[in-house]
Amino acid sequence: MLPFSDVIHLAITGVAQGCAYGLIALGFVLIYKATEVVNFAHGEFMMLGAFAVLALSEALGWGFWPSFLVGCLSIGVVGYIVDAQIMRRIIGESQASIFILTVAFGFIFRALAGMIFGWNARSVEAPFTGKLAIGDLVEINYDRLLIIVATVIFVVAIRLFFRRTRFGVAMRAASQNQLAAYYMGIPVKRLVSMTWALGALIAAAAGALLAPVTQVDTTIGLLGIKALAGAIVGGFGSIYGALLGCILIGVIEPFADYFLPGIKGVSAYVVMLLVLFVRPEGLIPQTYQKKV
Amino acid sequence: MQFLFKTAYNDDIRFLAKTGEKVRVAIVVLFLLAAPLFLQDYYLAELGLLLVYAIAGVGLMLLTGHTGQVSFGHAGFLGIGAYAHSVLLAHGLPFIVSIFASAALAGLVGMALGRSASKMHGFYLAIATLAFGILIETLFGEWSSVTGGHMGLAVPSLQVFGMSLTEVWQQYYVDLFFALIVIAGAANLFRSPTGRSFVAVRDSELSARCLGVNVEWVKIQAFGISAAITGLAGALLAHHLTYLAPDVFGVLESLKLLLMIVVGGLGTILGAILGAIVISLLPVGISFLKGVLPAGIGQTAGLEPLLFGLIIVLVIIFEPAGLYGRWMKIRFFFETFPYYRKSSFVRQKTYLKTDRMR
Repeated sequence: MLPFSDVIHLAITGVAQGCAYGLIALGFVLIYKATEVVNFAHGEFMMLGAFAVLALSEALGWGFWPSFLVGCLSIGVVGYIVDAQIMRRIIGESQASIFILTVAFGFIFRALAGMIFGWNARSVEAPFTGKLAIGDLVEINYDRLLIIVATVIFVVAIRLFFRRTRFGVAMRAASQNQLAAYYMGIPVKRLVSMTWALGALIAAAAGALLAPVTQVDTTIGLLGIKALAGAIVGGFGSIYGALLGCILIGVIEPFADYFLPGIKGVSAYVVMLLVLFVRPEGLIPQTYQKKV
Repeated sequence: MQFLFKTAYNDDIRFLAKTGEKVRVAIVVLFLLAAPLFLQDYYLAELGLLLVYAIAGVGLMLLTGHTGQVSFGHAGFLGIGAYAHSVLLAHGLPFIVSIFASAALAGLVGMALGRSASKMHGFYLAIATLAFGILIETLFGEWSSVTGGHMGLAVPSLQVFGMSLTEVWQQYYVDLFFALIVIAGAANLFRSPTGRSFVAVRDSELSARCLGVNVEWVKIQAFGISAAITGLAGALLAHHLTYLAPDVFGVLESLKLLLMIVVGGLGTILGAILGAIVISLLPVGISFLKGVLPAGIGQTAGLEPLLFGLIIVLVIIFEPAGLYGRWMKIRFFFETFPYYRKSSFVRQKTYLKTDRMR
């Protein structure tokens, strides 16, 4: 059996990891609610964010925070362009085509990142070092703590954005009924692209914050699939549900790896499949079937 | 311009309606039958592999193209077929029994997945099948007492009715035999109520249900048939690989299968075959590009996935109907020769189809 202190430690790292998944899932959910497109390349936005911060701080010698800001904004611009130039053209195509298109984007981003930044894992210097200790049991590295804090900040900011700003309310309207929103004079196309930019920006932030904890290479985009699994466990419909599911996945993962080494690395998918078998529409259904 | 005059009820369900089609299919079949006479062993083996991928493509096409259920985990069925076939052969079962047993096993697993998938839709289904593919790959790696784990598993040599088929042309004919059966079978399926109900479910679940189609059962059937055909392809693929490793049947392979049917053209059997041709020619094209491009770009490691992604993106944006759509346009151009106008195929404006209210 695990000693109790290890249990606590695993749980805390799990929560931090889950928050990172949650930040990525936030982008998934935003884009899904706006356009009903699930962006399988979202993990790649995160990877690009990590690389952008790395490149800015290495090449220009900027500190962590300026490169964090500029890096995330530039990935947001990439997200905007992806929607405005490409995703917009294939609205109404079959879902299979759209899924495959976003997966293909993942390939392109990964290949380009590998070509530009190299295929080897790189490490990023953390903005804070050391750890926070509360009593004997609880201790957490500052860089992990930062992820948790950032998640809280982002969630609060997004809530305020959607509740209080004109822009956010317009986005909610467009996601509920595009046609009606259009008739009300809301620039739906631009808002959808802005949603993509926002989603990409948050994913890039997750990548940049995760970069000091794990190393950066082209495969970290695969975390995006785990974030998707977490979002499904919690329910794709709401930001909080998705976040909760991601934290759940993040906490389960280290324990599953410890107790069931046979499914190391894939426990997130097992949990998700179990949930889907019981509740095929996710824990909180988003679709309503018409009765015949 | 050729007009189709229907003079009998059977005209509606004929495999090949026009004389031109009959001639073209006959030429292709004759070419395939005669290929060992004039092709070298290397090209013959490649052609055999192409046929195996065409079988797998038809399998996935039935599910994704015709029934509208996306599967990101079809390499799992390919793997189940390949591993089951090798293990059964190693236990001394004859080839014919083993290949059908492994196809049936893949089909049963497919039906089990389809049972739960029949309630999901859209991206839930895509993610569930993706997770299924990842888990199957992990299973192949971890269950080492049966599959040999990451060490791999040697595939027993090909023996049919006690005859040892070791020559390339003999193996080619085995592939060709199954490919022709599967393609004819799939074409036949879409003349039957079962196949038509597949298409009905793809186009509108609501309308299909109104017309008395049992949507859940149709999805289970589609998963089962598709998985069985893919499993059959996997069993044949095992003989081409001669050595099985879990990572061969990973997510990348599933995506390759999807690439195949998307590039070929969703919803057509011909599309699966065209896609298989593209997949087989892709490595040749990439190695050609590597020679042409300047060394700095040509030698980087990411060129292959980059092209892979670019091809999918360009095809989906500019020719959503795939190569099959292009072929239709070319054919239409010649059939209506002086009257072809660009506006014949202008795409309609499309709108967001909501999935939240089915």
